[in-house]
Amino acid sequence: MAEVVLRDVEKRFGKIQALRGMTLEVRDGEFLVLLGPTGAGKTTTLRIVSGLEEPDRGDVFIDGVRMNGVAPRDRNCAFVFQNYILYPHLTVYDNLAFPLRSKLWRTEEGEIRKRIEHVARVLKIEHLLQRKPDKLSGGEQQRVALGRAMVRNPRIFLMDEPLSNLDAKLREEMRVELKSLQKNLGATFFFVTHDHVEAMTLGDRVAVLNQGVLQQVGTPEEVYEYPANVFVARFVGNPEMNFLEGFPEGGKLYLGDLALALDLEKVWKGREVLPSRVLVGIRPENILLGQGGTVGEVYLVEDLGADKIVRLRVGETLLRVRVPKEAEFSVGEKVPYLLVHEKLLFFDPITEKRLG
Amino acid sequence: MSDIRNTWANRVSDRGMLYLFLLPTFGFLLFLVIFPLIWSLYLSFCEYSANAARPPVFIGIANYSSLFREKEVWDRFVTTGKFVFLAVAIEFFLGFGIAMLLNREFYGKGLLTTLFILPMMFSPAVIGKFFRFMMDTNWGILNYILGRLFGMPKIAWTTSYEYALYSLVIADVWIWTPFIVLLSLAGLSSVPKYLYEAADVDRASGWFKFRYITLPYVAPILILAVLFRTMDAFRFFDVVYVLTEGGPGYATQIVPFYIYKLAFSFWRTGRSCALAYVLLIIIIALSNIYITYLNRLRRA
Repeated sequence: MAEVVLRDVEKRFGKIQALRGMTLEVRDGEFLVLLGPTGAGKTTTLRIVSGLEEPDRGDVFIDGVRMNGVAPRDRNCAFVFQNYILYPHLTVYDNLAFPLRSKLWRTEEGEIRKRIEHVARVLKIEHLLQRKPDKLSGGEQQRVALGRAMVRNPRIFLMDEPLSNLDAKLREEMRVELKSLQKNLGATFFFVTHDHVEAMTLGDRVAVLNQGVLQQVGTPEEVYEYPANVFVARFVGNPEMNFLEGFPEGGKLYLGDLALALDLEKVWKGREVLPSRVLVGIRPENILLGQGGTVGEVYLVEDLGADKIVRLRVGETLLRVRVPKEAEFSVGEKVPYLLVHEKLLFFDPITEKRLG
Repeated sequence: MSDIRNTWANRVSDRGMLYLFLLPTFGFLLFLVIFPLIWSLYLSFCEYSANAARPPVFIGIANYSSLFREKEVWDRFVTTGKFVFLAVAIEFFLGFGIAMLLNREFYGKGLLTTLFILPMMFSPAVIGKFFRFMMDTNWGILNYILGRLFGMPKIAWTTSYEYALYSLVIADVWIWTPFIVLLSLAGLSSVPKYLYEAADVDRASGWFKFRYITLPYVAPILILAVLFRTMDAFRFFDVVYVLTEGGPGYATQIVPFYIYKLAFSFWRTGRSCALAYVLLIIIIALSNIYITYLNRLRRA
């Protein structure tokens, strides 16, 4: 129900530049995930959208209306804080009712009760309604905080790592719940996380931030398959993408670390001429073991349950290779490997931007 | 080796050392607090005059029963009640209000806070003298300012029946408002800022935030502040002694001052002891009301 535009937003806290020239457009009813490491500016972005912080420069628009200087309570955003922030002197029920009882948005008590009961059922906190927050576990507090946002019908949900303190099972359920909430309410979601799995599963689009700079915005697939730069490539995906030094020369791509020469025309589809030195990235699942002509040595096998990660030593380089869980490899074994040619990504070694 | 074992220090055990250190304090406590307390309790049941050569004569509860029969005593209590209520109420609202104003970041906050606390650092006797000068009917600065600013007629602050008690209240407010300010500030700064942020996003009005966030946090410490002030106001003596001496007539003779008069002007030691105990019981009873309320808040 709301379209949010940040235009060239800058924010500084003392010596720390939290956001630099942030420009971001979020479509009406979209689930946008802000992904990035600590200090990337994710929370600051949420706080600026909510009105808890004013940008030093730049503009914030909600539904085309400039929001700079508009008080948080007039923006109709719900905020789920990372550290829950429940009102300690009120029961869970009253905490949930708090935004509905505000003088500016007075709702009838019967209606409040109905909404709270519904939300409590969804969040499985019905038995906690009469308790005080300090009698709740971290996960329960987090669900109450989520509930306080859900009982309202805000235009925008701002969520700062709202699932971080839930156990894995509940987290998965909550993901589903959040997605259906988005569908039912049609509200716009800003969802902060540093967990790329969460980002991939929840986001209609993912915005990757680092050190206050927006690195890339795109669908989860775009961000995963075509990372805009080395940072995004490394940050998204687990285990990390493999990076190798490459030297294109005379129709060949020489991968020095692997002592390998590939036909350039098979791996490089771009039109532009590659610089004399490039960074070549390849995801662990795009290296195939048991095929190809060159051989590496198995250095370590990590069993992840669903699949395995093999650390393959080639010369001085350790490659991460994802293999199916049925595959059996023993340490020290010599195995042939193959890089899937079409999946190689090229990055400029100086600007770290993706080429092509 | 034997001379080490025989030194005095080595013959005292750790526990013995502990008691040795405690002994002086305990002695002081015994002679200056506990003994007078018990002795005065005994005297309150006796006919006794400290300046007479007669020993105390036990007369049972006669002192107490005669106290309650006398209208004069009741009047003193009414005066005291008025004084305590007015002083504590004004201090509370003024103090909490000032604390609310000070509870934000601004230039010179530290200096201003220090200035506000200054009155508590003066000796009460000195303050009594100050106010005596300032409130003088003819050449006091208070009447001068009121006259200049508002064209008010001269008021006989400390010497008229109507105003004398108020002048005591004003002096007490001047001294002790900072105390409430300090405690309130401590309470206010204990409220986590992020709760206000959450409330802002939750569309709460200013009153809503005050009622459901600020107040629950500061209420316990405010009750403590009022408790301390009430207890202390019941013992208000030094400023009365300097400023009005209980006058004019009996207009400002609050109970502590009356006890002093009984004891050292009329030398009715037994009777004054009895009255002191009555006052003590009242203070304990009042404190208990506060503490009960405080505990209820804590549990909630």
